[in-house]
Amino acid sequence: MPARQGLVLEVDRSTPPILFHHGEGFRFEKLPSGSRVIYPNEPVEPIEDVDSAIRNALANPLGDSPPLEALLQPGMKLTIAFDDISLPLPQMQAPDIRGRIIEQVLDLAANAGVDDVHLIAALALHRRMTEAELRHAVGDRVYDAFAPHGQLYNFDAEDPDGLSHLGETDHGEEVVISKRAVESDLIVYVNINLVSMDGGHKSVATGLSGYTALRHHHNVETMRRSRSFMDQENSELHTKNWRQGRLIRDAGVKIFQIETTLNNNTFPEPWDFLQKREWEMNAKERMFLFGTKKFLDKIPRKAARSIFQGIRAPFGLTSIQAGEVEAVHEVTTANVYRQHLVRVEGQTDILSMGLPYLGPYNVNSIMNPILVACLGLGYFFNLYKGKPLVREGGVVIMSHPTPQEFHPVHHPSYIDFFEEVLADSTDPEKIEHKYEKRYAEDEWYRHLYRTSYAYHGVHPFYMWYWCSHALEHVGEVIIVGGEERAVKRMGFRSATTMRDALEMATDVVGRDPSLTHIHNPPVLMADVV
Amino acid sequence: MTDLNRRNPISHLTDRPSKPSISRVVRSVEFPLKAAETPAGEIPLPSNVGGNYDTDWARRYLSRLTRRLALASLGKAVIAYYANPTIRGLDRLHDLEGPAIFAANHQSHADTLLMLTSMPAPWKHKAFVGAAADYFFGNRSTAAISALFIGAIPIERTSINRNTIEKAVDLLRGGWSMVIYPEGGRSPDGWGQEFRPGAAFLAKQADVPVVPVHIRGTFDILRKGRNWPKKSTSTVNFGRPLEFADDDNNRSFTKRLQTSVEALADETATGNWYASRQRAHSESNPGIQGPDGSPWRRRWALTDIEDKTDSRRRWPYV
Repeated sequence: MPARQGLVLEVDRSTPPILFHHGEGFRFEKLPSGSRVIYPNEPVEPIEDVDSAIRNALANPLGDSPPLEALLQPGMKLTIAFDDISLPLPQMQAPDIRGRIIEQVLDLAANAGVDDVHLIAALALHRRMTEAELRHAVGDRVYDAFAPHGQLYNFDAEDPDGLSHLGETDHGEEVVISKRAVESDLIVYVNINLVSMDGGHKSVATGLSGYTALRHHHNVETMRRSRSFMDQENSELHTKNWRQGRLIRDAGVKIFQIETTLNNNTFPEPWDFLQKREWEMNAKERMFLFGTKKFLDKIPRKAARSIFQGIRAPFGLTSIQAGEVEAVHEVTTANVYRQHLVRVEGQTDILSMGLPYLGPYNVNSIMNPILVACLGLGYFFNLYKGKPLVREGGVVIMSHPTPQEFHPVHHPSYIDFFEEVLADSTDPEKIEHKYEKRYAEDEWYRHLYRTSYAYHGVHPFYMWYWCSHALEHVGEVIIVGGEERAVKRMGFRSATTMRDALEMATDVVGRDPSLTHIHNPPVLMADVV
Repeated sequence: MTDLNRRNPISHLTDRPSKPSISRVVRSVEFPLKAAETPAGEIPLPSNVGGNYDTDWARRYLSRLTRRLALASLGKAVIAYYANPTIRGLDRLHDLEGPAIFAANHQSHADTLLMLTSMPAPWKHKAFVGAAADYFFGNRSTAAISALFIGAIPIERTSINRNTIEKAVDLLRGGWSMVIYPEGGRSPDGWGQEFRPGAAFLAKQADVPVVPVHIRGTFDILRKGRNWPKKSTSTVNFGRPLEFADDDNNRSFTKRLQTSVEALADETATGNWYASRQRAHSESNPGIQGPDGSPWRRRWALTDIEDKTDSRRRWPYV
């Protein structure tokens, strides 16, 4: 049966309680009649012969790029960069598509007699990947061949000797990227395009870059002018990345871009009921859901977290294209939209969303309150084309336990951001001007970023900026089931139940509001007309 | 007076009373407890052992269940104890669907048990092994044990038996996967031997892919000439499945298969996949057959590639 398109369900009396993700657990919420629930498209049929598809993409590149084989010569410097642990979500079942592509790229390089090969996890200001995570991404064979010789490593955006300043765009944006990449005869970038914001010039211009360059687009002004940052045609973030990327290209850095798109097949058995519509779950799945919910409600959060973090997605590859960056990304974006876009008519007064256990920055980690805000108001809110799902001045209701809990190794600067910065202000602009530089240049955070597994000191600021478009747009943010102290610190309101949240929302949007719920994940992007 | 007709024993050894043994007892059994030999000049009835042994019963439900339980429990425990295997390359089988021929180099009797416990599901649950008809199916007892516990079918090594080939092809077409050793027998000295075209022929006939597999380390466990296993460590490295292409013939496919196994051997020995790919492309892989020369030199050369990471204590500390 071909994959069904997404659905906008109008709730009536017969509609069952809707399954809300709620961190490492679930909630069942009976929504008022007349509400809408947006369901994602079903997983697009994946490519069956993945190896042949990779081979074909490398041999038949898009744009004005020659085939990869023709670009490889003995004695050359080759750098293979790849997306880091933040993609895909959840991590995909082995073998990871990055590893499969990298093996084929390396096989061609081996055939051409290339000796000087470096592999770099393009993590920008994200935390370094552990050995196990790198092994998962590139595969044991590649890891064992390169890591022991220091040829496979995490990018270090704070290495004073490892960066190269390429100049400024005509808008004054500095471009600073990995020195090894600049000095290479060829960069092969292996990307996973989970959402439409990923990929293109962002891969190298952001992934292999540091604070000096990123501050030009990871800021409040850019985020507020990106409507949304998932919609390339209306994204200031995209525009600035493209300007930087073109400068890199014009500076003579040769990039062979390989981009992939995955389908929506996010949850393996027995969790696959999470991508079903409630009325299509069979008795076994309903029983499992019921039992799991009860079980998860009872066990310690740490245990629940380890269960969920162990989930590996059975994603299927829906497209792979390689060659010149912009030509490749155009096809990639079309394939992302093919999977994600769901047409929705009109905005809503209240937008509700059940936030799951995972976002891009808490893989194998803890989703702290700032990441909860970022997932809801940054990612889910911005998954629109056209106009936001919620009207200006409307209310966003998010469901998440929002524990005031931080991973001390991964998120040290988040702790201080929460305790110091948010205690002073939640206004993104004020925060940016008053605190950003100090955190970005803090020697201790810099040390932890470079030598431990910590996100960069400035990273929590970026997460907050990610929310700035939503914070400017909506009148109120309510978190259902959230830990009150954490929710209040972020300037939001907490509600015990969905019913309470709806009641509270009426203070802002009036007595008879419209409600739309996005049933995400699997990921969907609303095409609001 | 001394009896001059009585001969003294040639050696005191021959005069020693023999030790009781099971094989002696078995050999002393006579008809009707043992089958009588066909008198000279009479045409014997067709043999139902060797290549003619019927193994269909070993693929019925009860036999399969027995085999699965035995391999999952005893088989796995024995292999874990004696071979302590490291399994690599399973990700290369990610896209493999349906039956396949798993073609491995052959160093030891432990290889089959190692293969059957290392292969991933679902192939290991529906697998049969091509076993030498003259060795494993020489009598009814060994034939039954081989068929039941390792799912063996007889393959003639010394003559062409159309029945055994057809049986293997039928099983492959019927969804069964096959473990085969294209070298045709165990390594005599630890080095590999040239591949024979049997796997290629079967792959073409049954239209199934061949998975090259390299096994390392089992020679020390149960090498040719040894009857009792010895503990060692082993590695099983699965390669990317090979399809019989339109422009392939048995000879070229066999060459391709052997090259793949040699590349896997290089990969396992050096631990550097990229360097082994470079050597594979420049056709400078060291191969599995070892250098030409006298046996001691071949054995000497073998010690060069033995696992240098093995840090077990060889001598007592003083």
